[in-house]
Amino acid sequence: MLELKNIYKAFNPGTINEKVALNGLSLKLNEGDFVTIIGGNGAGKSTMLNAIAGVWKVDEGQIIIDGVDVTSKPEHKRAKYLGRVFQDPMMGTAADMEIQENMALAFRRGKARGLGWGINKKEREQYRELLKTLDLGLEDRMTSKVGLLSGGQRQALTLLMATLVKPKLLLLDEHTAALDPKTAAKVLELSDKIIAEYNLTALMVTHNMNDAIKHGNRLIMMHEGRIIYDVSGEEKKNLTIDELLEKFTQSSGEQFANDRALLSSKR
Amino acid sequence: MNILTSILNSLPGAVAQGLIWGVMAIGLYITYKILNVSDLTVDGSICTGGAVCVMMMINGYSLPVAMLCAFLAGMLCGLATGIFHTAMGIPAILAGILTQLALYSVNLKILGKANQAINADKYGLLVSLRNVKNVPFYKNTILIAIIFVVALVALLYWFFGTAKGCSLRATGSNLSMSRAQGINTKSNTVLGLMISNGMVALSGALLAQYQGYADVSMGRGAIVTGLAAIIIGTAIFGKISKNFAVQLIAVALGGVVYWIVYQVIICLGLDADLLKLLSALVVAVFLAVPYIKSEYFSKPKKRKEGAVNA
Repeated sequence: MLELKNIYKAFNPGTINEKVALNGLSLKLNEGDFVTIIGGNGAGKSTMLNAIAGVWKVDEGQIIIDGVDVTSKPEHKRAKYLGRVFQDPMMGTAADMEIQENMALAFRRGKARGLGWGINKKEREQYRELLKTLDLGLEDRMTSKVGLLSGGQRQALTLLMATLVKPKLLLLDEHTAALDPKTAAKVLELSDKIIAEYNLTALMVTHNMNDAIKHGNRLIMMHEGRIIYDVSGEEKKNLTIDELLEKFTQSSGEQFANDRALLSSKR
Repeated sequence: MNILTSILNSLPGAVAQGLIWGVMAIGLYITYKILNVSDLTVDGSICTGGAVCVMMMINGYSLPVAMLCAFLAGMLCGLATGIFHTAMGIPAILAGILTQLALYSVNLKILGKANQAINADKYGLLVSLRNVKNVPFYKNTILIAIIFVVALVALLYWFFGTAKGCSLRATGSNLSMSRAQGINTKSNTVLGLMISNGMVALSGALLAQYQGYADVSMGRGAIVTGLAAIIIGTAIFGKISKNFAVQLIAVALGGVVYWIVYQVIICLGLDADLLKLLSALVVAVFLAVPYIKSEYFSKPKKRKEGAVNA
């Protein structure tokens, strides 16, 4: 489904601020894999997702999605295969446009955008039904500007938009990190539901070790731009936070020195 | 009393000129408000439009052909800025300045000299400052300008409702989201700049006919006039409805208000040399209003005793 082969990416190369963000990263996903990704700050989690999405070009390596080599394809061409939800709730939706217009934009992901109407009546009904499933009352506010919604509502909408056209791969980049715990739990639950319902292949970055263990069928841990631990199946199900922390110390030779990860694992 | 008569006398001209500049302001609205790009190309492309139209008519081409070519020439100006910006990574504002400067030479070459007159008696012009009063209504420049504005608003209303148009609006609203949804933001930015400058050039073609000449410096400060029209229009008429068509009409009416105020100020005897200074200051003040409001006049609301921190 997804194959990353020996990816390298350095930011600010040749300067004192040089940072090797991805350092020989390789990963292979099977169809239907729901992978949670953990790691300290600067481990390369979000960078990996951005590399897949094509936000910039990688320095070395190959990215293959569903058998297609997309390494040199620009971001908007890769969008055809990908559904994305960002950490910042503001990033995934167009604030100046209506809820239904945002959905109509997402509905046309991967298709040619011509001079036909940007949204039609039939779609509208379809969107209303889908919005109902969110249980946020958005189905009655379809002509409201998205900028009027709360962060949680926007994130839920983004999630819906990312999966409106079934993506080959869903990229969730700490998509609950900016939300309050209650909303975060709700959005996460929704993610689970959608992924299961459409049998999606998904990558989910999280800082919350509990969530990482609880969700998905596979867990990977990143450190310094590489995957240092990859676990799936029964073994993953039976993981505990303490084991994870220990694994981190073992594999990286460092303490998991990340307050945020530790704190969020306690809640 | 004299002043009042002269104001009243100049009113039809101001309205006509305002509507023609309204066309320009609507073009500018596409980049400034929809694409969220400050495009300074317009100072050059408005003149390009006027120059192309006048020179083609002098050389025997029919009015519709000349105006169509003016529109296309404007689109080329937008294309140049678009390429500077998207393919060469130059910041939009600088890309516009570069094109604008380059266009000064281009416009001089098109015109052959700094100023080319076109005689309203010899050529069948669509609009002219002679045709604002005491002519049959169907020849009246105000009516023709209104038809232009309405037709363009209708066209844009349709376009920005299409899938392509929606993707353009998304590009202006949120670049990351647009790319994530598979929208080619670069080509959309170029397209937006082209449509915008095409319309600006069209208004230049109307303006040249209206005043009876194309002048190489006719576009100086056009962006400020256009912004003034947008700001005045949306402030006065934009509140009526958030509907896109209403917003565009509001912008055109903003142009009319601008030119009426301009005429009144002239009739009151203000030194015409100072008008550009005044326009710039007025626009600066209006652009500053949101910032000043938030920076100096927003007081943190006092929380009520015992209110729960939500």
